[in-house]
Amino acid sequence: MRIVCENLSYTYNEGSPFAAKALDGVTLTIEEGEFFGVIGHTGSGKSTFVQHLNGLLRLPTSLKKYKPKKRKKSENEAPMSVLRVGEFDLTSKNTDFRALRKRVGMVFQYPEYQLFAETVEKDVAFGLENFAEKGQKPTEEEVKRAVSDALATVGLDYNEVASKSPFDLSGGQKRRVAIAGVIVTKPEVLILDEPAAGLDPLGKQELMELLHKIHGDWCKTVVIVSHDMDEIAENCTRAAVFSEGKIAMCASPKELFSHAEELLSLGLDIPLTAKLVLALKERGIEIDCDYTVEDFVQKVLARKGGRA
Amino acid sequence: MKEVTFGQYYPVDSFIHRMDPRLKIVFLIGFIVAIFLADNFYGLAACAGVLILAVALSRVPVGKVLRAVRGILFLVIFTAAINILFHTGEHVYWQWSIFSVTREGILFSAYLILRLVLLVVCSSLLTYTTTPVSLTDGIESLLTPLKWIRFPVHALALIMSIALRFIPILMDETDRIKNAQKARGADFESGGPIKRIKAFIPILVPLLLSAFRRADELGDAMDARCYGGKTRTKYKKLHFTWRDLLGFLLLAALITGVVLLRIYVGEML
Ligand SMILES: Nc1ncnc2c1ncn2[C@@H]1O[C@H](COP(=O)(O)OP(=O)(O)OP(=O)(O)O)[C@@H](O)[C@H]1O
Ligand SMILES: [Mg+2]
Repeated sequence: MRIVCENLSYTYNEGSPFAAKALDGVTLTIEEGEFFGVIGHTGSGKSTFVQHLNGLLRLPTSLKKYKPKKRKKSENEAPMSVLRVGEFDLTSKNTDFRALRKRVGMVFQYPEYQLFAETVEKDVAFGLENFAEKGQKPTEEEVKRAVSDALATVGLDYNEVASKSPFDLSGGQKRRVAIAGVIVTKPEVLILDEPAAGLDPLGKQELMELLHKIHGDWCKTVVIVSHDMDEIAENCTRAAVFSEGKIAMCASPKELFSHAEELLSLGLDIPLTAKLVLALKERGIEIDCDYTVEDFVQKVLARKGGRA
Repeated sequence: MKEVTFGQYYPVDSFIHRMDPRLKIVFLIGFIVAIFLADNFYGLAACAGVLILAVALSRVPVGKVLRAVRGILFLVIFTAAINILFHTGEHVYWQWSIFSVTREGILFSAYLILRLVLLVVCSSLLTYTTTPVSLTDGIESLLTPLKWIRFPVHALALIMSIALRFIPILMDETDRIKNAQKARGADFESGGPIKRIKAFIPILVPLLLSAFRRADELGDAMDARCYGGKTRTKYKKLHFTWRDLLGFLLLAALITGVVLLRIYVGEML
């Protein structure tokens, strides 16, 4: 599913003294099959943006646009917003949000806090049962198979954990169970809001490996929100930089981090490799790499080899 | 900023916003006394005048203030109707069985409505112009004399402020959990009552767990900072200023005026 978003704006508590503009004219296209990164300073609107993608936040302004009332003002009016996810038009009132959410899975920040059922199996099966078509309840076997597949994908053993209470697991395991609970319906697009927050470096690495596994076999498109530039440099095909509700840049990591100064001026971090490239550049050594650790090391070694 | 969105605090800077919460509470109490002491039209008009002045000074939009009245509209109409129909008096306009409309009844209802509206506007003005936190501080400070009879004023104030602080957090949390379960296809809007109640379990369980977790963490954090010592200082000290003096004088003048009107003009029915 291709995600097309044009001129998306969103204000929290619109019309009250607490109104906060979170998105301001975001235009962005995410192609099918991408591993897309969303980065930006805290409060830049990343979470607000991704929550639009499966209709948890809706465009309040778009509803008015359907009444052709204020034709005269059209010059001053904000340009028409567009938000399409696959064949779903999210600016329309008639969108079937349940069908949309079945195909666009969303893992919130700290997803382990949404677990609720008595057993891991029941919790993972929650989405499966909710999204089942009316009158087509999945049989016990189907549920079991889907749950055990999902658990296996996130690296947990069905026989070991399925009958346990999710609250008896460790933090990292809980997070895996929560992710399993979202991917169990095999959504085409998987969105994760800071999936690695609060994990140790090894946990982060394992999680990213897991996401790559999911990206190949389960979900065609993966969108992750992240603060961690190394994570973005290593994993993403493209990334968008949010700044105060707008898109500051959107490009492949290679291109993005070649504008390292610009990112720094937005108050963002850059990956370690980009810092090294900058430091080397100051000393007159140009390295042209795609900012993954592997590529960087190869290019540096190649250079060294060339000189010797 | 979230801590103040609960309730109806209206964030502008004004004369009334800057007043000491203690004085505002005292003013509200004094004002209520004045409303009920006033037994004629002039007295109530004086009260209304003072309140209109206060609303104007507060810079809270009039529409917002009137919205508070809308909440009690039904109560007002209901009591007014009952009073008009059942109040007996000398000047009868209309009568049927036990119901009658009299001049006294109409006046009585008019006073009642006016009192109710003044009461609601004044108390909502307090909440529009005072954050819940400073309101609690004010109440605590006003209740201090009760410490003499070993009433746990401080503990009470702490409970109030923690509750006030946690309500918006938990509301936020509810939103988040609700969204997370919606993303997993949960449906809170359709189905019969039993199904709807059942649909809330996936929200309720994580919410309760998170409330307990937060309570635990808060307790630990308080312990770690040695909470429970004998004397505590305040982060925000309450200060009495010229604004409060003016407010106090106005209140005193209002009550005196109302009492004088009561004595010299008397009841008007
Ligand atoms: N429920 C809400 N009510 C009011 N304002 C909100 C709400 N959620 C977010 N905001 C505001 O919208 C803006 C964007 O918030 P958002 O959560 O999208 O940021 P973010 O980029 O995800 O930040 P973070 O990296 O901290 O998660 C912020 O200024 C925030 O204060
Ligand atoms: Mg966020």
